[in-house]
Amino acid sequence: MIAFVDVSKSWGDNQVLRSLNFDVAPGEKVSIIGPSGSGKTTILRILMTLETPDDGVVTIEGEPLWDARDGAKPKETKQMRATRRKVGMVFQSFNLFPHMTAVQNVMEAPVQVLGMSKDEARTRATDLMELVGLSKHLDHKPPQLSGGQQQRVAIARALAMRPKILLFDEPTSALDPELIGEVLAVIRDLAHSADMTMLMVTHEMRFAEEISDRVVMFDSGTAVEQGPPHKIFKDPDHERTKLFLRAVLER
Amino acid sequence: MIWSNEYAIDILPQLLGGVWVTVQVTLLGMVVALVLGLVVAVTRFLKIPVISAAFTFYVLFVRGTPLLVQAYAAFYVLPSYGITFSAIVTGVAVIGINYSAYTAEVYRSGIEGVPAGQWEAARALSLPQRRTWTKIVLPQSIRTIIPVLGNYWIQMFKDSAVLVAIGVAELMLVARTLGSDDFRYLEPLTIAGLMYLIVSYTASLIVKATERRYAPTQ
Repeated sequence: MIAFVDVSKSWGDNQVLRSLNFDVAPGEKVSIIGPSGSGKTTILRILMTLETPDDGVVTIEGEPLWDARDGAKPKETKQMRATRRKVGMVFQSFNLFPHMTAVQNVMEAPVQVLGMSKDEARTRATDLMELVGLSKHLDHKPPQLSGGQQQRVAIARALAMRPKILLFDEPTSALDPELIGEVLAVIRDLAHSADMTMLMVTHEMRFAEEISDRVVMFDSGTAVEQGPPHKIFKDPDHERTKLFLRAVLER
Repeated sequence: MIWSNEYAIDILPQLLGGVWVTVQVTLLGMVVALVLGLVVAVTRFLKIPVISAAFTFYVLFVRGTPLLVQAYAAFYVLPSYGITFSAIVTGVAVIGINYSAYTAEVYRSGIEGVPAGQWEAARALSLPQRRTWTKIVLPQSIRTIIPVLGNYWIQMFKDSAVLVAIGVAELMLVARTLGSDDFRYLEPLTIAGLMYLIVSYTASLIVKATERRYAPTQ
């Protein structure tokens, strides 16, 4: 479904991805864990075309998204834009459009990009708002909603584009502790019911353990270790993983 | 010189005619400044080769030369190249172009104030560039800059007095002509000053109301 082949990315002297090779199977739910600044988020941002890789190739369903082979500067092409439509993203800071109501946020892209009629888009947006438990908040503007509610609208907005791949970039990190549960519940339902491929960067270890098919431990621009959650969390091979988990779980 | 009520009432209609011209020049000038400034600001962001650089120079040039010089140049120099307009059209164009350089900078600050996350969300949804500008970025930037744009508008009312130099029959010109014709400056200039004050104050109320109406929701 997703393939990273020898992908590298640097910010000045800081190499956030080192010749990364990484595949995700269709429908697979993968969690990426690891210390801050280890390049986890960069993986998602490259898939969403918010960052450009310095080197390597990224494909989605075999179609090229980025081609930076031998360090060639990749271009934004029609092909890339078409491929990008298969991907949706939920951001750490929600990034809802604050001047539009919740339902307008969800309707905007289906109408503008998929060419759906307004009525159809509204019906679908209403269904999605119900799915995330916010059918009473259709006409609220984001500033009137709690962080947890905003993030649920953001999930509905991403789902409205019917992505084959949904990326979650620390979806609960900006939330007050008491609001985290409602967002995780929505993601959990999606993970169990949808055949979407899901890729999540998270610090919620128990949640990652519960919903993931595979957990990837990331550090210093490479996947240090990966495997099924029970293996990574209960019996990790790498010293780096053990140290990280001990630090995080004993918090 | 002693204030004469009789004379003051006598010249009032002419001064009101002058105010009306001032209001027209400023309203039209502001429309020019708002539209042109937006085009300049957005074009500079789009980084179109040559054109964006040309607009950067435009802002530098217009802001770096006095309004009075621009007015004289437009009125006295352009006609020698065969370009002539009436005083009022020239006045609107000069003041509108002059202010567009300032509004372009105001728009720029508004656009830069839109969080990167808004652009990213639009891109993640594959929204077309045009839609991202018109429905996501500009509505959010303009809300935040209404007070600053409003200030420029009020300043424009007062600056429009400069157009006396090219013979636009606005308030200042009417007041000055009355003064020199009748050898009485006290009444026309006092009333003109009060009229500027009333117009600016009204404008500031309109700006305040607009600001409240479109204030970014917190």
